[in-house]
Amino acid sequence: MCTVCGCGTSVVEDKDKTQKRDAHGHDHAAHGHHHRHSHDHGHDHDHGHHHDHEHHDHRHDHGGASHGDDSIDYGAGLAGVHAPGLSQERIVKIERDILSKNDAYARENRHRLGANGNFALNFVSSPGSGKTSLLVRAIEDLKARREIVVIEGDQQTSNDAERIRATGARALQINTGKGCHLDAHMVGHAIDTLAPEKNALLFIENVGNLVCPSAFDLGEAHKVVVLSVTEGEDKPLKYPDMFAAADLMLLNKADLLPHLDFDVGACIAAALTVNPDLQTLVVSARSGEGMQAFYAWIEARAARMAVAE
Amino acid sequence: MHEMSLMEALVDLAEEEARKADARRIAVLRVALGALSHVDPHALRFCFDAVVRGSMCEGAALDLLNVPGAGWCLDCGKEVALAERFGACPECGRHRVQMTRGDDFRLIELEVA
Repeated sequence: MCTVCGCGTSVVEDKDKTQKRDAHGHDHAAHGHHHRHSHDHGHDHDHGHHHDHEHHDHRHDHGGASHGDDSIDYGAGLAGVHAPGLSQERIVKIERDILSKNDAYARENRHRLGANGNFALNFVSSPGSGKTSLLVRAIEDLKARREIVVIEGDQQTSNDAERIRATGARALQINTGKGCHLDAHMVGHAIDTLAPEKNALLFIENVGNLVCPSAFDLGEAHKVVVLSVTEGEDKPLKYPDMFAAADLMLLNKADLLPHLDFDVGACIAAALTVNPDLQTLVVSARSGEGMQAFYAWIEARAARMAVAE
Repeated sequence: MHEMSLMEALVDLAEEEARKADARRIAVLRVALGALSHVDPHALRFCFDAVVRGSMCEGAALDLLNVPGAGWCLDCGKEVALAERFGACPECGRHRVQMTRGDDFRLIELEVA
């Protein structure tokens, strides 16, 4: 379900269908049921159940609807173990990654963006690292070269989108409400609404959170993790997932370095521990230091994407 | 706390699969959860009751199967057990270990009625 507007995908209408479907005789032949399964992994659940179910040739002492296959166990077994009161259980094998839905939306976004020549960056960081200031600076410096559109993610307010719009760039604010990250479905809707021009740059400013956004592919070309030098240099070790998922680290607020004890080398070493391929640029959105290197990185990576398309 | 939205994704996926199987109710969700994954099992269980309310999973049991972590240590040239994501090799103490197992967060099967 979309947590921006509460719109369902197909969940709501399907519910009715499911209820209507109750009392019919159906055919389960299409499902691959494996009633004998073994697990080669440890269980951390607090109930005992046996994994050597053998449901073939068992006694059907039930009085329910007749079913044409052996996949429903009305008798002994699973029901009483997990959920007392349920009596017609069977196992449906699935083996699907739980993020597969998000990943499917992300693939769709990536395909659309690529086809339209839109190079997308997903900016992630803890709150207050200076992501918005960095984007404002980059837009001011790059807007003469090509269109830049921005998707802003925050739990509440449209303050950040307003700051972006002040540069003349188009921006769309997504309020995630209770959510702690953007997902690919939200971003797909945002791309629909923004409809970036051909070859425009798309900057996605994720919710300020150094944990959750790392697990959600939005369809971007690269994740860029922003770390300000007013934070600890061991943050890559404390929050490794985000630094492992990113392709570029921007060490922001470099203009403050003379006043701090921040050790740039130690920070880069920590980041390389969790991600040996991570590139780092030391920048200051305020003074402009290092920003040209960042723009060169964008141009080089965007060109590489264009060639790949 | 992204366990909440992960749990919503899990319930969506389970309902979709249960409908495909013409089921009315879901009794058990069996999920493989890697020791090195992003997901915390306690937080996941905490969210479960709240998220399943009103869904086909209401009243269902959440069966979390722990998948232990492992990685390939480039220096030792073999697979070693890993207790934490990006952890060091337990044998040589170096960090040149590529995760090979334990990143799972998969819905394996449902028990449905």
